Amino acid sequence: MADEAKSPLAIFHEHCEKGELAYQVNPENGQAVFYPRAVAPNSAQPTLKWRVSQGVGTVYATTTMHRRGEDPYDISMIELDEGFRMMSRVESIDPMDVTVGLRVKVRMIPATETDPIYPVFDPVEG
Amino acid sequence: MANLRGKTAIVATAESDLGKVAADTTIFDLMGQATHRALEGCGLSLSDIDGLFVSTSQSRMAAMGVCEYLGLRPRYFDSTQIGGSSFMAHITHAQAAIHAGMCEVALITYGSTQRTVSRAAASAREVNAYEDPYRPMMPPSAYALAASRHMYEYGTTREHLAEIAVAARKWALMNPVAWEKEPLTIDDVLNARMISHPLTVRDCCLVTDGGGAIIMTSAERAKDLKNTPVYILGTGEEITHKDISSMPDFTKTGAIQSGQRAYAAAGLSASDVDVATLYDAFTICTLLFLEDLGFCEKGEGGAFVADGGIAPGGRFPVNTNGGGLSYCHPGMYGLLVLIEAARQIQGVCGPRQVDGAEVALAHGNGGVLSSQCTVLLGAESTL
Repeated sequence: MADEAKSPLAIFHEHCEKGELAYQVNPENGQAVFYPRAVAPNSAQPTLKWRVSQGVGTVYATTTMHRRGEDPYDISMIELDEGFRMMSRVESIDPMDVTVGLRVKVRMIPATETDPIYPVFDPVEG
Repeated sequence: MANLRGKTAIVATAESDLGKVAADTTIFDLMGQATHRALEGCGLSLSDIDGLFVSTSQSRMAAMGVCEYLGLRPRYFDSTQIGGSSFMAHITHAQAAIHAGMCEVALITYGSTQRTVSRAAASAREVNAYEDPYRPMMPPSAYALAASRHMYEYGTTREHLAEIAVAARKWALMNPVAWEKEPLTIDDVLNARMISHPLTVRDCCLVTDGGGAIIMTSAERAKDLKNTPVYILGTGEEITHKDISSMPDFTKTGAIQSGQRAYAAAGLSASDVDVATLYDAFTICTLLFLEDLGFCEKGEGGAFVADGGIAPGGRFPVNTNGGGLSYCHPGMYGLLVLIEAARQIQGVCGPRQVDGAEVALAHGNGGVLSSQCTVLLGAESTL
């Protein structure tokens, strides 16, 4: 591990605090890896390199969650242009208007007393 | 690899009480009850059991609980826990253990009181720091995401999914122990309370109590017992991920691989299967497994289930017990999926019996489309 004092999740959150969506790359095959890991999938080698995404991607799958007593909200899988996929939420539009194929860009939701910082996405303008 | 085709057989099956069980009933009460019912009249007694296979979400060390409750001292035991498909894996592992002489009579059992104690209490939630901030409701949101992708790629509609719920309900109305007792229409499904779009509550499995037991032994010993043996013709297992974010392709499940392995072991293909029981935690599951197990081409699941395609009197009988959608879903439903398939081969399913069923496919799903296990069962005529 590059920094044995920090977990992969802690490093991910540090990037988030700088407004960066971090992921990893396996230098042996160029494969983008997400979620961040201590060792690479398919090799178990501690060779993963951290990268910062451009933060732009496409909705791969989407659902609108309906919980009793709450407004419906979006949950989507986002495929980032660098080739990794992550769960997130598309904001700024009605959740039912989020469709597979929609182009989106990342934004950070600041940490609160109870929850850590985390990335969400907004539709790309135009 | 050793050829295990037809070397072992299911010789007894039983459901425990299902639906909503008496207050303070434990999961081990249900397993004990199902074991008693399975043994009754089959020609074996508890002391014959020397292999134990058990898994449940309500006990981390379930094998110890069953041994203690029943006074069993099996020489071989296995608590493989891969969610609802665990019991198909148990069949595979019991088959190997029996063939290797590590046990001769295997008990596979399960119990759940999730309706009584609540779903949250029955299944401890696991943390995923990369999913939890988005507050998915698991498992429905995972299956909803998979459904959205299938709709995008193949034009599958909510009506197609509703067909699957309606077919399950029609079968359930022929099963006296099914939870649901009233007819269901496509419109009922579409207009039901939305859970995680595109899935309404009628696209989602029931939340019930329930359990069961299966007893398996060598084909040789099975011949001397009272029930019609149901032979294990082939099995296959595959794990592709744990949480939905890491599913490689949301429209293709590990059932492709588990099915191929099971068909290869059995020397059969989808066209040889007379009846299928496919783990329907959600309507989209049935559709994906019909495609991935070769009953139709990828993307054609919607057309396959349309116009009552898998309902009674349709093109192909699927989930004749009424499925997890309308019969019973105690959390890890795979054992009951196997029991219905075995009973179809035994020809004991009454009004819902598929005439002349000789080959049945039972398919289990665990996690969020994560573990897939396929078991092909056959009558003596298939050996």
